Amino acid sequence: MSLLEIKGLTRRFGGLIAVNDFNIELGEHELVALIGPNGAGKTTVFNLISGFYQPSEGSISLMGKDTKGLRPHQVTAAGVARTFQGIRLWSEMNVLDNIRIAQHYRMGYSLMDCFLRTKNYMLREKAIDTIAWELLEAMDLKDCALELPRNLPYGVQRRVEIARAMSVKPSLLLLDEPAAGLNSADVEGLIKLVRWIYDTFPVTIWMIEHQMTVVMSLCSRIKVVDFGTTIADGTPEEIQSNPTVIKAYLGDDTI
Amino acid sequence: MQKHTVTIGLFAFIVIIVALSQFHVLDHYYTSVIMFMGVNVMLASSLNLVNGYMGEFSCGHGGFMCVGAYVSSLCTVLMFSKNQILGAPLLPPQMAFIGFPLALLAGSAAAAIAGLVVAIPSFKTRGDYLAIITLAANYIIISAINNMEIIGGPRGFMGMSATDRALRGVIDLPWMLIFVLLGTVLTVWLLRRFVSSTLGKGVPAICQDEIAAEIMSVDTNRMKLIAFMLSSGLAGLAGGLYAHVLGYVNPQSFDIMRSTEVMVMVYLGGMGSLSGAAIAAIVYTVLMEALRFLDVWKWVVIPLLLILLMQFRPEGLMGNKELSDLFPKLRKYYSFK
Repeated sequence: MSLLEIKGLTRRFGGLIAVNDFNIELGEHELVALIGPNGAGKTTVFNLISGFYQPSEGSISLMGKDTKGLRPHQVTAAGVARTFQGIRLWSEMNVLDNIRIAQHYRMGYSLMDCFLRTKNYMLREKAIDTIAWELLEAMDLKDCALELPRNLPYGVQRRVEIARAMSVKPSLLLLDEPAAGLNSADVEGLIKLVRWIYDTFPVTIWMIEHQMTVVMSLCSRIKVVDFGTTIADGTPEEIQSNPTVIKAYLGDDTI
Repeated sequence: MQKHTVTIGLFAFIVIIVALSQFHVLDHYYTSVIMFMGVNVMLASSLNLVNGYMGEFSCGHGGFMCVGAYVSSLCTVLMFSKNQILGAPLLPPQMAFIGFPLALLAGSAAAAIAGLVVAIPSFKTRGDYLAIITLAANYIIISAINNMEIIGGPRGFMGMSATDRALRGVIDLPWMLIFVLLGTVLTVWLLRRFVSSTLGKGVPAICQDEIAAEIMSVDTNRMKLIAFMLSSGLAGLAGGLYAHVLGYVNPQSFDIMRSTEVMVMVYLGGMGSLSGAAIAAIVYTVLMEALRFLDVWKWVVIPLLLILLMQFRPEGLMGNKELSDLFPKLRKYYSFK
């Protein structure tokens, strides 16, 4: 059974067709890229998967279960974590809290437990804390655990956002332009980080990315969309030499 | 030991205040000022959960206070006082020690349910629009009570002092003072436990980025429900205590003026700060009393202070900071987060 199966996914905003008949099947432990020119509907696909939008047509199923009607937090609980194009951390709470809050879905205690500080509460909070610290340690963020995200450099904020997504323990990690706005040293670091996550955790990573160095050095499979429609799907080598892709990116050479 | 310093200190403080009042070192006036301080602390800290931590603009807090005040008053009048419509007291005065807290609980439960009127629209509505809904909720509650003749309508409702008399008849202590102080401690304690837990931190997450919160596994509807119901429930508790301190309530005392007053306290103290809201409520109560000699001019001076505050310190006295952030040495004894 595939991890994620999208069939005939279409999303219209009024007269605009943002995503048109999009199909993909992702297995477990894959590293896939979704590329395409600006406005091609890439982020909309991610928003549809994470439940932020509902599809106009078509279906998204996660481990065989249709996600129709699920609210975003329920989709996350089912194992989909994501990062955002512009960083969306909770900027007034420290890094540790950011990572704690993302574990809301498996908190496992009630409001009463919280008021009375029951044994269950203590155990659960401790488990949340342990996971958070392990992740911070592993992702080399331990030193800034108590800093506010807005005081951190952009590259580190990206890492925090990825760490926050990983604290969900996802089976599918969606990265929306992780390299946007990073300098070349940070991009190197990002490639290493994504590679490390892929090697360490049993997770399928699907990323939207414009920087071809990132895509080419990480992904074994690339899907190209333009105007909401898939125009190519294949290995990096196939994509690089695909005339339709070149046309979409560089335009037609007939004048 | 250090962990318990604050708890012990707090209870020692309560005992001292009660003793001072019992032996008439604090006269009736000072005792009631202290009680109003307590009620104001409860109101400000509960509103702070919505306006401060969650970043919504709720301006109908007086309405929920009103529900709590009327429901708990009805309960105690039914139980312990002779009333023309509701008849002779149902229970002997000794039962007041159980009956009164239960009545307060009933009042806050009713207020929490009234909080649903605001909580459910908040799933879809935000900001200014939600503020208008809270305002409407306040008006609905006040007009409903104004039109209920059985509980006095606009003339108000009385008979709550019978509960105080019943309690005092059994053991002669300033019971209302004790209940108000305990209620205040309970309110701040519950709120602190809530906002310092991972569950409670979902509330500021909604304030700072609601979309990120919803997508990163926070059930925002549930959090809003909890925040609004907890906030209005605690306002109801404050209302119940207020009614029994005064012995008389009328709908006008819970109108938009009251809600504004509570908002002023929250913005004075700084949003998202437990200690800030409590300190501001105390400062505000003292200020209101101290400026009594100014008469009507009080209503020029206090708003003017607010204007200056917003101009020079818009985040309030302690916006998003706790006492332990300002005085790190306090952290040894107590951390608010």
